[in-house]
Amino acid sequence: MMNYGRDPATDPDPAADSDPAADPARDATPVPAVHAHDLTVVRGGHTVLDSLAFDVPRGQITGLLGPSGCGKSTLMRAVVGTQAKVTGTLDVLGHPAGDPRLRPRIGYVTQDPSVYDDLTVRQNLDYFAAVLHPGRAARALRRDSVTRAIDDVDLTGHADVLAGNLSGGQRSRVSLAVALLGSPELLVLDEPTVGLDPVLRRDLWNLFHTIAGDRGATLLVSSHVMDEAERCHRLLLMREGRLLADDAPDALRDRTGSATVEEAFLHLVDEARATARGTRQPAPLAKESAR
Amino acid sequence: MTTTALPGAAPPPPTRRTAPPPTRRTLLPLSPARTLATAARVLRQLWHDPRTIALMLVVPCVMIALLRYVFDAHPATFDNIGASLLGIFPMITMFLVTSIATLRERTSGTLERLLAMPLGKADLIGGYALAFGLLAIAQSAVATGLSIWVLGLDVIGSPWLLLLVAVLDALLGTALGLFVSAFAASEFQAVQFMPAVLMPQLLLCGLFTAREAMHPALEAISNVLPMSYAVDGMNEVLHHPDITATFLRDALIVTACAALVLTLGAATLRRRTA
Repeated sequence: MMNYGRDPATDPDPAADSDPAADPARDATPVPAVHAHDLTVVRGGHTVLDSLAFDVPRGQITGLLGPSGCGKSTLMRAVVGTQAKVTGTLDVLGHPAGDPRLRPRIGYVTQDPSVYDDLTVRQNLDYFAAVLHPGRAARALRRDSVTRAIDDVDLTGHADVLAGNLSGGQRSRVSLAVALLGSPELLVLDEPTVGLDPVLRRDLWNLFHTIAGDRGATLLVSSHVMDEAERCHRLLLMREGRLLADDAPDALRDRTGSATVEEAFLHLVDEARATARGTRQPAPLAKESAR
Repeated sequence: MTTTALPGAAPPPPTRRTAPPPTRRTLLPLSPARTLATAARVLRQLWHDPRTIALMLVVPCVMIALLRYVFDAHPATFDNIGASLLGIFPMITMFLVTSIATLRERTSGTLERLLAMPLGKADLIGGYALAFGLLAIAQSAVATGLSIWVLGLDVIGSPWLLLLVAVLDALLGTALGLFVSAFAASEFQAVQFMPAVLMPQLLLCGLFTAREAMHPALEAISNVLPMSYAVDGMNEVLHHPDITATFLRDALIVTACAALVLTLGAATLRRRTA
């Protein structure tokens, strides 16, 4: 396993960057999509992520839930490899996070739509597709993946509209479409459904399930809306830079005797507070309960 | 290195504990296809903004025309200042356009997205330099053509050399703009960097008075400012029918400065940010 302090060039497994389809070892011993141990991020003297340990299983939707400012975005940026000052172990698809080999394999959607407002939807996608699959030879591949991505997010009717003239929800779907280009193995989506109407939210969650189920991708989706938790296979509940729970939604509700994930979350927060008061040494609940 | 290789001795063992640096995917520092795609994207963005294109092309022409009639009685002065301005305009416009464009790229999150994708920093910077270089060719061609054939700017050397210096100046402007955009948190600040970075150069570049006539301290400063050589190069073309050694020196210095600042600009593009 790789550590942040070490040079990525010392990766003991040079064969791991070969074509995933041609690598039987990968299927025989499935590495989790994301493996974190003692993952810590300190920013400006403030501990944003405090010694997190968790695994994100492959081919599933893992929800990252917690209130605003709890460190969700920082965790996602660490997974994608754009966060500075990350310590501990963080392996993504079998490589240390941020490894150049991971760049074509991860799709990332930031919280604010990161697209060019002065380009049309299709022009945006054409450019990002050219970054993923450059060259004349890949032209047909690019055209197909752009058309599919636009169709996936249901923007076919707006393909030739400037991104800047779209509504907020439409722009965030353009941003999502960019991440879907090139069929990434891991999709990291930071609050992809914020500001969308219920119908669109349902459609997007259906799309996420299609991507995980039919295309076999792993999704890490953050949200501060607890009712979206019910649609995930697994949940990571976060608060103030720590993990409160790492479990399936059903198991979480059963264990806490709650009707909803929101109730379970509140229950766990109270429990953590009580433990902190009792022992002055807050025991991470996640570790006991998740295994 | 702590070990000293003795003549004839076996090669010293590697002193670094770690393995060699990660191998590049290709031998080139940039991917031509990705660079071209980036340049096309930047031009496409401008294409949706025809007013900016019109301003970039028309404003230098209007300024040169204005200058021509300000110095109506002194055609020699117009020749001098006009030629210098043909070198200065591309630098100023490209500085502004690049600093705003890359600042937008940083603040809109597209830079973070691109750097999380398989795009090299050199691809991005090369793409910007290529796109704005092409734009600078268009801008300079229009302004130079107007100056020489309509306004009667008297150039002894080849107009192509004027164009060459103008493009090099534009690249320098692009490089400076890219570099300062890293230090601007907003578009307001980015615009303020224009007078901060370019005005001193404008005052010291020899446009208003010969650099030799300045206070020695200022002359020394002007000697290390790239715009001085841009203006100097333009004046060489103005007064000499052939490529002079001074012209070559000037062109080389401007090119080297542009390359240096572009490299510094690349260092400000961080894949990992706090």
